[in-house]
Amino acid sequence: MFEATELNIRNHKVERLWGLLFLLMTVLLILPVLVILGVLVYKGGPIISVDFLFTEPKDGMTAGGIFPALVGTIWLVAVALLASVPVGVAAALYLSEYAPDNWLTRMINLAIINLAGVPSIVHALFGVGAFVLFFRFGTSILAASLTLAIMTLPVVIVATRESLQAVPHAFREACWNMGASRWQTIRHVVLPNSISGILTGVILEVSRTAGETAPIMFTGAAFFLPFLPQSVFDQTMAMSLHLFVISTQVPGVPEAMPFGVALVLIGMVLAMNAVSIGFRMYLRGKKKW
Amino acid sequence: MVGQTASQPGDARPKVAVRNLTIRYGQKIALQDVSLDIRENEIFGIIGPANSGKTSFLRALNRMDLFTPGMRVDGTIRFDGRDVDKWRNVYALRRHIGVVFPLPVGLPMTIYDNVSLAPRLSGVKKKAVLDEIVERCLQRAALWDEVKDRLNSLGSLLSGGQQQRLTIARALSQDPDLLLLDEFSIAIDPVTTMRIEDVLKVLKEEVTIVLVTNLVQQARRLADRTAFFLMGELVEVADTEDLFTRKASDERTQAYVEGRFG
Repeated sequence: MFEATELNIRNHKVERLWGLLFLLMTVLLILPVLVILGVLVYKGGPIISVDFLFTEPKDGMTAGGIFPALVGTIWLVAVALLASVPVGVAAALYLSEYAPDNWLTRMINLAIINLAGVPSIVHALFGVGAFVLFFRFGTSILAASLTLAIMTLPVVIVATRESLQAVPHAFREACWNMGASRWQTIRHVVLPNSISGILTGVILEVSRTAGETAPIMFTGAAFFLPFLPQSVFDQTMAMSLHLFVISTQVPGVPEAMPFGVALVLIGMVLAMNAVSIGFRMYLRGKKKW
Repeated sequence: MVGQTASQPGDARPKVAVRNLTIRYGQKIALQDVSLDIRENEIFGIIGPANSGKTSFLRALNRMDLFTPGMRVDGTIRFDGRDVDKWRNVYALRRHIGVVFPLPVGLPMTIYDNVSLAPRLSGVKKKAVLDEIVERCLQRAALWDEVKDRLNSLGSLLSGGQQQRLTIARALSQDPDLLLLDEFSIAIDPVTTMRIEDVLKVLKEEVTIVLVTNLVQQARRLADRTAFFLMGELVEVADTEDLFTRKASDERTQAYVEGRFG
């Protein structure tokens, strides 16, 4: 009575085959990441030291450390975050909670998704035109960060909107039916239950801009500048551009150096992601439904 | 088909007067040309099979159409003599109307906050007043004894039936003039349902109640008058006992209450 039929057995075999196939694809995906990390650690690891991290480059960038670039990248990402998060979150709140469902809203949503696909060099040129020249910020941290911010806005909006939509609609209805306004509903029910997703999603997205090179090379990042920036109107070195420069533009750089810079850059991004993921896990533990 | 039973002489001032109400979602008509009166301090039952416009009717009463894309309401609804379209502020209107949904919605906050949120949003600040509201509403919803020792635990962690009673407590928290119950007993066990029905019988001294229900017998137990909706049409309104005991004036109503269809 409980004998497996021919069909049962075949289904079971097919099932295992598919499982194996998907596993293979996953391994294929992870492999490049592991190889890259492995090579970087193997070749760049030995050069990394306290001195490497916290001193200026010397001898035409063929020796010394990366401190100005490290600090510069932190500046760029921080200012970009400050600029893009309030605007992006506000826009997402409007689109998710206020906007009527009409063709204009749909067009805007479509435009946002497409905006995320604009190549970074186009953003760079826009940044030069808008921030460097038109607003007369010059080549500065401000101009570069705003360019990065514009570039990340679409993904910030999308990440935020997804977190907002994850809050069940029934909660909003219940709140409206009590006579709460849209804003009161957002303030007391929607935001408290989506803020963790918003923050972590946004940090994840924005941290990736640490590696962007094209948008900052014309707008605020300097080839070589052995000082720390004093304000947002200064130019600065940045890790990504520094990596590009010492890999391609400067002769006589020791082989380990670009690998070391790349390793530090990846380490920064991973550290930010780790903070973000830890934060998310902490908040998810307190999830209320 | 509406005619005589809908607005009887002597209803000098009905609590809610509905005239020629038509509700559409896009092209689809959910409710067509309904006129009826709901009297002060009665339980007004609405019965009818699924998709007959009962819920849409409730949504129109507290102007949820504003927040529902595609929903269009024509005709007039007067609440205490005032056209609900003309309230300068729908939030003020909704504070007079409590709503309970078919499925429980425990907001993801503490039990205490679930019940005290609405009063707080409308400006009540004193802790003592809020405490009193919370206790009274939970008592009324037959939930107080089960949760009085853990008011600070999460409302969304209660069982389904408890969450539904929490929803009822929340609907009562602003002392509404009108209470809309949309199949409130779907998620509750029969014993608790009976307890809440008892509460409703007492409550109607102070509140006008509209009870949408799939349970024909529940309408019979509770409602003073009952309306029968069928496929977006109001078939008839009558005193509940008339509807159930004597021949209902419409054959379809009779068939429905006797369980011959629907």
